[in-house]
Amino acid sequence: MSGNNIIGEAAIRAGCRFYAGYPITPQNELTEYMAEHIRNEEGGVFIQSESEIAAINMIAGASAAGLRVMTSSSSPGISLKQEGISSMAACELPGIIVNIMRGGPGLGNIRPSQGDYFQATRGGGHGDYRTIVLAPASGQELADLTMTAFDLADKYRTPAMILADGMMGQMMEPVIFKKPKPRQYSEKFMLRGAGTGKSKFIRGLLLDPIDSEAHNWKLARKYEVITKNETRFEEHRIDDADMVIVAYGTAARIAKGAIKRLRDQGMKVGLFRPITLWPFPELKLRALSAKVKNFLVFEMSTGQMLEDVRLALQGYADIEFHGRPGGAVPTPAELANVIAKIYDKKD
Amino acid sequence: MSKIVFKHPQSLKENIYHYCPGCGHSIVHRLVAEVIDEMGIRGITIGVPPAGCAVLAYNYFDVDMIEAPHGRGPAMASAIKRSLPDRVVFSYQGDGDLAAIGIAESFHAANRGENITVIFINNAVYGMTGGQMAPTTMLNQKTTTSPGGRKQELDGYPVKVSEIFSQLRGSTYVERCSVSSPAGVNKTKKAIKKAFQCQIDGLGFSLVEILSLCPTNWKMSAVDSCKWIDEVMSKEFPPGVFKDNIAARKTAEAES
Ligand SMILES: Cc1ncc(C[n+]2csc(CCOP(=O)(O)OP(=O)(O)O)c2C)c(N)n1
Ligand code: SF4
Ligand SMILES: [Mg+2]
Repeated sequence: MSGNNIIGEAAIRAGCRFYAGYPITPQNELTEYMAEHIRNEEGGVFIQSESEIAAINMIAGASAAGLRVMTSSSSPGISLKQEGISSMAACELPGIIVNIMRGGPGLGNIRPSQGDYFQATRGGGHGDYRTIVLAPASGQELADLTMTAFDLADKYRTPAMILADGMMGQMMEPVIFKKPKPRQYSEKFMLRGAGTGKSKFIRGLLLDPIDSEAHNWKLARKYEVITKNETRFEEHRIDDADMVIVAYGTAARIAKGAIKRLRDQGMKVGLFRPITLWPFPELKLRALSAKVKNFLVFEMSTGQMLEDVRLALQGYADIEFHGRPGGAVPTPAELANVIAKIYDKKD
Repeated sequence: MSKIVFKHPQSLKENIYHYCPGCGHSIVHRLVAEVIDEMGIRGITIGVPPAGCAVLAYNYFDVDMIEAPHGRGPAMASAIKRSLPDRVVFSYQGDGDLAAIGIAESFHAANRGENITVIFINNAVYGMTGGQMAPTTMLNQKTTTSPGGRKQELDGYPVKVSEIFSQLRGSTYVERCSVSSPAGVNKTKKAIKKAFQCQIDGLGFSLVEILSLCPTNWKMSAVDSCKWIDEVMSKEFPPGVFKDNIAARKTAEAES
């Protein structure tokens, strides 16, 4: 199954019953998958929206109505969704946003890229909020993390993002869909009409600065809990490593290929792969710097996650960077050469 | 025995309006609430207030509400209605909200024939942000961003929402009313009721445009504002029914 289709199938299995989206390459297969399949489920709604702005507000509405919801797009479209994502964070509405990144800035191109890391992890929209960001690196993880994203979004009542790129979206890989967990989301957060009871409202506007400050702190405390409980990462051939590559998503796959080559040549290189980009596995990475002093950050960008690695390592280790922005994808061999040069220098 | 002829609608909370004296929003809120009461739909109604002077409408309406980002009400309302088809869903929008920043969401909700109701407050200005030019500002009307009056060469023409939306095949019922006179208020209430009934009968998109006073930004008394609606605004935006496919859709439904 293609990566895009895996996300779609996993979402539907996880109980996603509302999807809205606007066509953009390289994620169209996902929109098309939802168009074909979500309506087969009872109560399933698909809307091809007039824009990405409309799509994000549609999923916000359906989320408020109590459905599990998802929208997807690629970089320029995700830029358009930012006001809506900020609004969902403010209103504490769960929902999944999939970004199958392409080359940027501007219209860029339709090749795989990782240029939206800052946008994804820094909030992207306005105001003091965070988005849970999951970065799958295989077909299996696309399925698993899509299901996880729904659970986390519900648990913390906040939007969650799947951040992948055109390569992940279009590659074909075998996958086993796990049994999703039953949904746990209280009716009290849903707007379904007041019935004979008290009416409810959901809002993002808090005119009184004291109320607004309290709301911001409430969100901040929630983000602290998420940071504490939901940080995910993978360590690959770290135990004896004297150099560690830090990479996520497609870049991490390329890094694994490079590491295999280097290991065959006797170079002890490992990989640290953040799976949650926010919350970033900061403490784990810092702990690693007690053993390893040489790090190389590799991204399909000019260096964005690099800043989080610097913050995590706080000067306890050397950090080199290799990047291929704008839709360029290096081969494992190219990366292996880059790593080998740095590795030799350090020796 | 005495008969109650005027009472506080159940679907309105007791909170005091933040609206300026004479503001049309207060009148329309009351009308919508009365209609909700009379139709007995308080418990199944979900409202979507806008960014605009009515942003705090959830403080007044005693029905479930979710505030939309500026212009996006119809996208949210569409989604809520599709998620909960047996609820009554309305968006409440100003002219900036509907005809400028949210024209795409409004246009396409209508064009899809979403079974929702749009309550559209045309007050010819951006009220909330302090009286800037709106898409519906009249030619030569002075606003803070058209200090010499709106000029067609620079600012284009007033956008005629009811005329445009009635052209869309997806819309079922479109009427323009005015709350500048008691007769107008009564008509507006009837139109709102008809629009909600259209939705309840599953007949598709309904929009009620309401010429509404903004004495503050028009810098007029409430009385002069009403006069201005009748004598000036109504010329550009004539009240009337622009589309009523309710009967035709009912017949089509019955036949299919
Ligand atoms: C994205 C965005 N842009 C601008 C604003 C500021 N804003 C709030 S309400 C408004 C205009 C409201 O005018 P209208 O829709 O006519 O409603 P009224 O206040 O006149 O009832 C504007 C520009 C906003 N809230 N969000
Ligand atoms: S500014 Fe105008 S529209 Fe807003 S509350 Fe005052 S009178 Fe009403
Ligand atoms: Mg206005």
